[in-house]
Amino acid sequence: RAIDEDRKTKYKAAVKIQRWFRACRVRAYLRHLSKMAILIQKWWRGYLRRKHFRKVVERAYFIKKQKFYNEMAVRIQKTWRGYYFRKYIHNFYALKKYLNAVSMNNELVRHELQEYAEMKENEEKMKDLEKKEKEKKYQARKMHYLLSTAQIPGIYNSPFRKSPDPMELLLQKSKPLTHRKQQVKSPFVDELYDWPTCKEPPAFVTSLPLLPADRQKPQGPFRDPAEVLQQRYKPLEPTLRVRESMYSPPAKDRESTRRKEWRNPIHDNEFLPFSSYHKNYEKYEPSLFKSGKYGQEAYGTKYFREVYPKKWIADKDFETLFSSIALFEKFGKTYSSTGQIV
Amino acid sequence: NSGVVCLLRPLLLDVVPSIRQTTALALGRLADYDVELAETVVKAGILPQLICSLPEENRYYKKTAAFVLRAIAKHSPQLAQAIVQCGALEMLVICLEDFDPGVKEAASWAFGYIARHNPELSQAVVDAGAVPLLVLCIQEPEIALKRIAASTLSDISKHSPELAQTVVDAGAIAHLAQMIPNPDAKLKRQVLSALSQIAKHSVDLAELVVEAEIFPVVLTCLKDSDEYVKKNGATLIREIAKHTPELSQLIVNSGGVAAVVDCIGSCRGTVRLPGIMTLGYVAAHSENLSMAVIVSKGIPPLCVCLIEEHEDHIKAAAAWALGQIGRHTTEHARHVAVANVLPTLLDIFVDARSSEDLKTKATLKNILQKCTYLPALEPLLHEAPPSIMKHIIGQFSKVLPHDSKARRLFVTTGGLKKVQEIQAEPGSLLQEYINTINNCYPEEIVR
Repeated sequence: RAIDEDRKTKYKAAVKIQRWFRACRVRAYLRHLSKMAILIQKWWRGYLRRKHFRKVVERAYFIKKQKFYNEMAVRIQKTWRGYYFRKYIHNFYALKKYLNAVSMNNELVRHELQEYAEMKENEEKMKDLEKKEKEKKYQARKMHYLLSTAQIPGIYNSPFRKSPDPMELLLQKSKPLTHRKQQVKSPFVDELYDWPTCKEPPAFVTSLPLLPADRQKPQGPFRDPAEVLQQRYKPLEPTLRVRESMYSPPAKDRESTRRKEWRNPIHDNEFLPFSSYHKNYEKYEPSLFKSGKYGQEAYGTKYFREVYPKKWIADKDFETLFSSIALFEKFGKTYSSTGQIV
Repeated sequence: NSGVVCLLRPLLLDVVPSIRQTTALALGRLADYDVELAETVVKAGILPQLICSLPEENRYYKKTAAFVLRAIAKHSPQLAQAIVQCGALEMLVICLEDFDPGVKEAASWAFGYIARHNPELSQAVVDAGAVPLLVLCIQEPEIALKRIAASTLSDISKHSPELAQTVVDAGAIAHLAQMIPNPDAKLKRQVLSALSQIAKHSVDLAELVVEAEIFPVVLTCLKDSDEYVKKNGATLIREIAKHTPELSQLIVNSGGVAAVVDCIGSCRGTVRLPGIMTLGYVAAHSENLSMAVIVSKGIPPLCVCLIEEHEDHIKAAAAWALGQIGRHTTEHARHVAVANVLPTLLDIFVDARSSEDLKTKATLKNILQKCTYLPALEPLLHEAPPSIMKHIIGQFSKVLPHDSKARRLFVTTGGLKKVQEIQAEPGSLLQEYINTINNCYPEEIVR
């Protein structure tokens, strides 16, 4: 029994040892396995991450480059936009110049308008003044009898004044006013007023211009001055043709016949009876047929027909039996220098 | 009235021409005086008898007949329509073709009164073929005839662009433009009004008017001694300026703005109104043009208008024009603010008048949104109602964080105190502005 127990304890011890050893082996195996697993996982993860990292790096690099390019592009666009806007769209100096030009132009315009307004005012004033002057002169002419004589001083020439009133001077200068003559109405007035262009009827001479009463007659063989004045100042009495307006029907008909006449003739140059008329218009140009090597050929100017006496049938030259045109007979037989016969 | 018209009626068909003439004259004078008499004349069926023998009659009869038609047409559109239905327009055209200037004048006057009422009647006048004859009338030497023809063309073209185009096609613009330098004041009135009625409808018509070389001759009209010539000249420039920036540019380049500014300064009352609107339109197109208006010293007369005038619509127009000038950039708003006009605008706004409010609210808002000129804004701070206060505080909150001198000034003038007194709902825009302002200052001062 002690050996049994001994054997049992040894058996148990052996089992314990084997158990322990196996456990150790298994543990070592497991440890090895886990280490291997860890190793594999480590390498696998490292590989995956490295791959990923490369991608990340690439992306980051790309983004960096992109940002850089964007930066540069922004810089370029910034300077370009600044330049473009400042030069074309909102050019400050051009605007300033423009506004200066506008204000200068405004000054000019204002100045001119001011001048214009002043000119208008002056014109108005002048018109008023002239009207007043005319009034005064008319009044003076009407009241010419208030002029002071040698004996009696007039109203405007009081002895207590140092110098006479300006009215007095006016009175001295003015002519006495005569009554207005009755205006004789011309019998043609109504018709003539109907014409659109005629403003006044033609003034026929109704009265002679008056000569001053105290004029001394000049000595000598002079004509009657009234006659002379009438002749000199006779108003124009135009003929009916001139008086008639351009637009009335007979004038228009005349116009149309004139145009027909201008259109129809065959020759452009009208017939001029004497050769002196032609001298002014036409200059003679010798034709090439007639001008020879040593100057003008005499044919055509000096003689007109070649003469071959050998070919003559009879002895005599051509003779004119009668003259058809009397004017041509005088050719060369008058004493004038034109038409000299060879 | 008491049977007079019935008595006169048989006399119209009398054998003796001078009786017919005198009857027509009597009818014309009756119709001229009173609407009911005119209606009686129309109802009694006199018009056909008047018109039927017109082509063979002499010029005195034609003149009086045209006078009758004009006297009837001037009262109301219905009477004018009655005249048109009788077939009077053809007869009037025959009168227009006559040689005597008096007859032409009477006929064009009648056409003018007919065309004045509404577009259909104007179209009837145009369809009768009156426009080329009227253009011929303008070229006649008599001043009275020119006046009437110009006023008739103005009445025809004022209704619609097509009618204006018809008038332009007849070649009226060149002749009207030639007559602008004429010394007669009434003629100038009519000519300028005709040109402005033509130009107001569209850009093309306005460009046609401008091509007739009216600038710078029109500017001399602005210096005329007659008030209505100035008014019509300013109206013409306004109608041209309102279409496009290029046309406004043309006006500025020819010195038109200076002339308009002088014109506003020299007139009083309604005559100023078109000039004010011209400045508004020119300034509204672009900031360069608005700067040009400022440079031409446009702001002082507008301020004077705002203060002096009593009429509502003129004040509203002046306020609108100032708004257009000031709304573009801070520079423009500064120029407007320097002229010390903001308090006046505020007073008008607060004063509770009906139509003005609408216009000045937008004006004030526009100017204030661009205004960074703080000394001008400060007096407004004390008096403004809440709707305007929002904008003012907003401006302060934009400028104060950046400018230390302005901050100091703000405190010393008591502006900060005023800001504290304002009650605002938390979370609203006003509260945010107030917070921004308070953040610029250290805590003790805010307390």
